[in-house]
Amino acid sequence: MSEPNPAPDLPVKKTRTFDFFDFLYKYGTILTIFILVAVFAWANPSFIQTNNLISILRSISIVTIIAIGITISLSVNGFDLSVGSVASLSNAIVISMFVWFSHNTLVAILSAIAASLIVGALNSFMIVKMKIPDMLMTLATMFIIQGIALTYTKGATVSQNMVMPDGTFAEGTISPFFAKIGQVPWIILIMVVVVIAVHIFLTYTKHGRYMYVIGGNQEAARLSGIPVNKYKIAAYLLSALFASIGGIVLASRIMTAEINAGAPYLMDSVAAAFIGFSVLGAGKPNAFGTFVGAVLIGILANGLVMMSVPYYAMDIVKGTVLAFALALTYYKQK
Amino acid sequence: MAITLEMKNISIEFPGVKALDNVDFKTETGEVHALIGANGAGKSTLMKVLSGAYHHFTGEIFLDGEKINIQSPKDAQDYGIQIVYQEVDTALIPYLSVGENIMLNETVNMGKKTFMNWKEVHRKAADILKTMNVDVSTRKLASELTLAEKQMVLIARSLLQECKFLILDEPTAPLSNKETSELFRIVRELKKQNVGVIFISHRLPELFEICDEITVMRNGQFVINEQIAQTSQNKVVEHMLGRKLEDQFPKLNVEIGETVLEVKGLHDTGKIKNMNLEVKAAEIVGLAGLVGAGKTELCKALFGAEKVKSGEIFLRGKKLKINTPYDAVKQGMALVPEERRKEGVLVTETVATNLTAASLKRFSGVFSFLNFKAEKQKAAEVITSLGIKTPSAETKVQNLSGGNQQKVAIGKWLIADADVYVFDEPTKGVDVGAKKDIFELISGLAQRGKAVIYASCELSEIIGITDRVYVIYDGEAVKELDTNSTSEEELLFYSTGGK
Repeated sequence: MSEPNPAPDLPVKKTRTFDFFDFLYKYGTILTIFILVAVFAWANPSFIQTNNLISILRSISIVTIIAIGITISLSVNGFDLSVGSVASLSNAIVISMFVWFSHNTLVAILSAIAASLIVGALNSFMIVKMKIPDMLMTLATMFIIQGIALTYTKGATVSQNMVMPDGTFAEGTISPFFAKIGQVPWIILIMVVVVIAVHIFLTYTKHGRYMYVIGGNQEAARLSGIPVNKYKIAAYLLSALFASIGGIVLASRIMTAEINAGAPYLMDSVAAAFIGFSVLGAGKPNAFGTFVGAVLIGILANGLVMMSVPYYAMDIVKGTVLAFALALTYYKQK
Repeated sequence: MAITLEMKNISIEFPGVKALDNVDFKTETGEVHALIGANGAGKSTLMKVLSGAYHHFTGEIFLDGEKINIQSPKDAQDYGIQIVYQEVDTALIPYLSVGENIMLNETVNMGKKTFMNWKEVHRKAADILKTMNVDVSTRKLASELTLAEKQMVLIARSLLQECKFLILDEPTAPLSNKETSELFRIVRELKKQNVGVIFISHRLPELFEICDEITVMRNGQFVINEQIAQTSQNKVVEHMLGRKLEDQFPKLNVEIGETVLEVKGLHDTGKIKNMNLEVKAAEIVGLAGLVGAGKTELCKALFGAEKVKSGEIFLRGKKLKINTPYDAVKQGMALVPEERRKEGVLVTETVATNLTAASLKRFSGVFSFLNFKAEKQKAAEVITSLGIKTPSAETKVQNLSGGNQQKVAIGKWLIADADVYVFDEPTKGVDVGAKKDIFELISGLAQRGKAVIYASCELSEIIGITDRVYVIYDGEAVKELDTNSTSEEELLFYSTGGK
């Protein structure tokens, strides 16, 4: 028995008036970046120097790469909290392959990626087949993988010439070619390539369109004949892949595998991806927006350090920025 | 002593719809009163007015000859008017026990007391269940109950407060026969205790079994009030239908081809039992049945969107393997689902994205890059040919009206070009003008030789547009009829379980 349908005959909207909130929503992030740059440059002229700008780009590259993975999981209306741990694991594996087992660069990188994809497969199986809510499942995976990475490195930092349990020194060395990855300009180039590739993937290909459609309304997507599960699995695999690449780049940058080295990147990446929602009014997760979000966070961190804000207070700022971005996104959706 | 309840000249409007138009309704305690009408007749709305769910109605309500003012559910409850809605799960808290659910109002409004007296809660709940003659442990969790038991718990909850009149809104729709007879036992019990029961149902046989008096409504208006003993099922059906709608169905003469879709012995995991049907090329086959008869489940099962337990589906003689909608689309099936906004369209996406969602392969080339130009062109073409009223192809679908959204949902499948089109209540929530367009679209499909399945509870539409009808009742195709030689009366007779 259906009650009389109060026909949802919305008039077709056609407002030409200037909407202040709308303007802020679209351009607020970019505006904020410009304002921040101006303020920091005024406070400390060395902020605006090329060297510092490059150093900002370098500092955000790992965050951006990992955040791109999160962006893909968000595009199917999923969420991947395990990216930080996956980056740690990938970091540990790639360094250990060099240092402990004296493998070459290709083997080291491929092993790290393979291990991460297994994590992605586990995530997608549990989320798609066992129907566990994504946030909770990846929270569990986050701890599991963190533990596995710690166990694998026996709770120690892996580095060249480290002391092995049997008292000898590790003999493997990290190849000079691998060391290049984490240096300017390569690290920035990798980031740019990842951003552009994923932007094209999400915006200009059939697969990207499907992912957004699934994210918008999974049931309608399913009833349109879109293989929803396949794309959700792909999204979690891609998310793990980019987390893994982030971990590899991180390894090359610091040339060691510290415990939980990837964990701090989770917060920044999530913030970057959510800030990205609103950039230029996209209203959905998107690669370019994520990059802009990472830039915003990078500038904030860099500028605040220059203004002698202690590094340990940085989480306050980043957390606030994330809360602000979330507020903007969800308020708009209402 | 019987207490009378009278509603006079009740009218209520929703944006664009006059849901109730000067309706009168009268009943008294110690009587079971049936309220019946086709879908959208206004039965539920009238009862919602009585139970205080709406406060913007006009008209007067009298209890025992005295005018009363009902503005909120609490007012209604204070006057002893209780309602049990059809969706029982919305009123129960699944992880609380039966006792706690029954005593919910008491435990929420404890007043000055700070501590719960659990013993007391369960004793009171058990007492009330005992007076109803229901044997359910008060310690059981609500989530473990059957549907019928859940209804009992809700009835028990309403009896706990003063209950002069109890409204049951389609209580039997989800129940099995055994559960229904259990419910009827309770209703008779209540009648003995001088409670007035107002019973909304679509199923005529059971109304004649349990009710004393009947009120028929149609299109938001009161039609007639009779003693059950002095009327018959056929007469009630006539009252429900009233005069015929003016002709809005395009009648096209199309040569019907050979069998395209054949379904043999289909069972799903829930409602659908032993379904056999066939659809020929250029034929529109109706699935007639009331809400909850299993039409939607059948449509979804054909499309792979619902688990099928056994049975076979053949397309042009070839056996299909359909496990998911993805398979179904690949084999040439299309489904326009009932829940338009939830399942049919992507409200947050543009018209163009919606239109191409089911056939994106055709608009993508090497490396799956999208051909935006071709997509835009095709979208514009469909927008014009279907007369979709939208400012542009880039407008988000949520900004369109219901009828235009439905056209988008259909347009999606026109581009995909399927062999079999399944429509599930395509005119639900659609204005009259768009309805006509949709009928023309569907006839047009048949004209192009497509096999069309048209599921609806609007029997006038079934009569108007289909060539052949299967009447679905309780998950089974109980009757196959030729549309030319049947009538709404006959369809409704079989739809309500008549034999």
